[in-house]
Amino acid sequence: MKISINGKETVIAENPERTVDSLLEELDVSQRLYVTVELNGEILDRPEYETTPVNEGDVIEFLYFMGGGA
Amino acid sequence: MIRIPQSIYDDMLVHAQEGFPLEVCGILGGVGDTVSASYRMTNTDASNEHFMMEPKEQFAVVKELRAKGLDMLGIYHSHPETPARPSEEDIKLALTPDVSYLIISLADAVKPDLKSFKINSGIVQHEVIKVIV
Repeated sequence: MKISINGKETVIAENPERTVDSLLEELDVSQRLYVTVELNGEILDRPEYETTPVNEGDVIEFLYFMGGGA
Repeated sequence: MIRIPQSIYDDMLVHAQEGFPLEVCGILGGVGDTVSASYRMTNTDASNEHFMMEPKEQFAVVKELRAKGLDMLGIYHSHPETPARPSEEDIKLALTPDVSYLIISLADAVKPDLKSFKINSGIVQHEVIKVIV
């Protein structure tokens, strides 16, 4: 199925059990605790990553927290 | 090396000074090693010891950069009272790959100090800044 990941059209295998969290794992995204995900224009809460399915045509953006100290 | 136009270099210093005593933060965009765009971001921590960018703003900037054919080249923030070197927290949260991490120190109020670093897997390397016209 086709989805968009960070602006790139991507074809991934059908998997009805795929969640946002497992997609990030498939993509080898490290330090996933520090990743913010936007799905179809809405930012997900962290607990939703493991319960939100990835569907045909989804537009997914993700990026790392940008923060620090002094 | 990262090449930064004088106007953007100056704006980072002004941003840090305007935000004092709080930390400020922003994103630099460009192509290759040359910066051509900067975005002042909201520090949601509103602290003089921490910064955290606002996710909605982050996504908006990333999309705008992409639309302009630019890459994210740098993430900057200020240290109102400490030197221009990455703190432990800076290093821990240097998670975005392939960008420069720039720090503006206002520890010397008369002479702000701006330095750039590459940080990968906890390894910090100083990076030369070349100011261009």
